[in-house]
Amino acid sequence: MTDIAIIGGGPAGLSAAIYAASLGAKVTLIDDGLELGGQLIKQTHKFFGSEKQFAGIRGIEIAKKMIQDIKEYDNIEAIANSTVTGYYEDEVITIVQGVNGDILKKLKAKRIIVATGALENMLPFVNNDLPGVYGAGAVQTLMNLYGVVPGNNILMVGAGNIGLIVSYQLLQAGIKVEAIVEALPRIGGYLVHASKIRRLGVPIYTSHTLKEVYGTDCIEKAVISEINRNFEFIPGTEKELEVDTICLAVGLSPLSDLLWQAGCQMKYVPELCGYVALRDDNMKTTKDKIYIAGDVAGIEEASSAMLEGQIAGLNAAVSLGYKCDNYQEQDKKLKAELRELRDNPLSEEIKIGIEKALIRGGRD
Amino acid sequence: MLERTGIPTDDDLEKVIPDKKRLVQGPVVIIECFQKIPCDPCAISCKLGAIKPFRDINDLPQVDFDKCTGCGICISSCPGLAIFVIDMNYLDEKSLIKLPHEILPLPEKGEDVYALDRAGSMLGKVKVIKVLKIKNKTNIISIEVPKSMVMKVRSIKVEDKNNER
Ligand SMILES: Cc1cc2nc3c(=O)[nH]c(=O)nc-3n(C[C@H](O)[C@H](O)[C@H](O)COP(=O)(O)OP(=O)(O)OC[C@H]3O[C@@H](n4cnc5c(N)ncnc54)[C@H](O)[C@@H]3O)c2cc1C
Ligand code: SF4
Ligand code: SF4
Repeated sequence: MTDIAIIGGGPAGLSAAIYAASLGAKVTLIDDGLELGGQLIKQTHKFFGSEKQFAGIRGIEIAKKMIQDIKEYDNIEAIANSTVTGYYEDEVITIVQGVNGDILKKLKAKRIIVATGALENMLPFVNNDLPGVYGAGAVQTLMNLYGVVPGNNILMVGAGNIGLIVSYQLLQAGIKVEAIVEALPRIGGYLVHASKIRRLGVPIYTSHTLKEVYGTDCIEKAVISEINRNFEFIPGTEKELEVDTICLAVGLSPLSDLLWQAGCQMKYVPELCGYVALRDDNMKTTKDKIYIAGDVAGIEEASSAMLEGQIAGLNAAVSLGYKCDNYQEQDKKLKAELRELRDNPLSEEIKIGIEKALIRGGRD
Repeated sequence: MLERTGIPTDDDLEKVIPDKKRLVQGPVVIIECFQKIPCDPCAISCKLGAIKPFRDINDLPQVDFDKCTGCGICISSCPGLAIFVIDMNYLDEKSLIKLPHEILPLPEKGEDVYALDRAGSMLGKVKVIKVLKIKNKTNIISIEVPKSMVMKVRSIKVEDKNNER
């Protein structure tokens, strides 16, 4: 039995754990990675965001700092390399552990914070089952965690922040990025990232997509094509690129299986990139004892994931009767910071999405 | 255009380049950051207040060029690698550019490296004047370029001696 079980040890889960534990709650943090940190441990680039939320610091350093903080608390039990596979009535979760997944444990918790992050999207194109087609997350894991290069000549599909950042990391690893293609007519990621890759000689083709790849045992060539407003190929615009690897960075979807299982009310919100659980501004779902935070609540940023984690951690702990001397003030401060972070034109979509997923009326 | 290619246009650049009078007075910062994003380390890094304090984390950096000494401290604070320092009249014929560099190998002082423009095209070889290693790994490289190239060069390519046998 634990007070608060937190599923997922990325920035959202770690922040929630630290906040709840600082108020005295007994926390169990479960993550399926070899190490805690979620997406952060793959990020060797410096983060954006406000100074308060670690801007200008590399993701991996942020993770190290938070993991260090976690160790300071005796009331946090962190379990890595373990997957939460199921949710049962009365806040019982099942945890699979061990290399072969042969250890099954049950854990009962008074509150659950789901911070499972996101899953990468795939893309249909001819021969997309040839070896050499990777998701951006897999490429990052290979390079930044295991020091293995995925290929020598890469085509990146997607010019959102992930596609841009992973392209830059590939260039830093000495790998040639032949081009970046983006189906939308404009670059979706931060333009400063795009400019820094472009000035290293990587062309960015907007309104273009990957049509097919050729090769017998592995990829030898890729064909890209311009597309029109309806995303149809424009004949005669094809270009052949000599690449051995395709890296797909075509978006993420919230990893919300456990929330479905738990019977939380779910909604498809395109601005948040998929199905998300409805939540109030304390990050509580329609199930009184289940909270969410981070990318599972809508694909966003590490900085917002951390704030949502803190809000969920604070409110879950307080709902269990743990005392926070200046609760009102702290709660207000975190929510104001989150609002401020989203107050830019690029976050318009997120704000619309959150409106759609928000339960109003201050149920407590 | 910037949104389609990643290359800022002359119109974009006009907004961030100091006037001629300031340029000839000595080193000065140029911040090529054109999009409102939630990011503010540059403003906090400048201890001289030359980058005006942000009212909102999404503000665009605004520089008071008269306060800027061209020290270059802000260069490595920027996660977008968007900050450069230009010393127009470094020598009679040459200007100096300080730029951020995160790709290994690092060049050595005195080495000739390729100068790249904003599209990554090679503009010829230029000499490295100084290599400043920074703890956060965004190193600052000073290069000497012909005056005509000072508003064009924004990156360098270093030959990897290990890969040339
Ligand atoms: C290439 C790239 C660059 C980025 N750059 C930036 C940036 O500059 N600034 C910024 O603010 N953000 C950035 N982000 C976004 C940021 O990394 C994510 O928004 C953030 O990590 C989301 O945090 P999270 O805690 O919700 O999820 P995650 O970090 O994804 O963590 C979720 C964790 O839960 C684990 N998990 C999932 N399901 C289970 C289960 N059933 N049982 C146990 N564990 C489970 C996962 O393995 C993972 O470790 C970037 C992301 C990428 C991919
Ligand atoms: S170069 Fe120095 S003085 Fe000028 S803006 Fe940057 S930090 Fe400030
Ligand atoms: S730190 Fe760089 S990217 Fe961020 S606002 Fe300043 S100039 Fe722009």
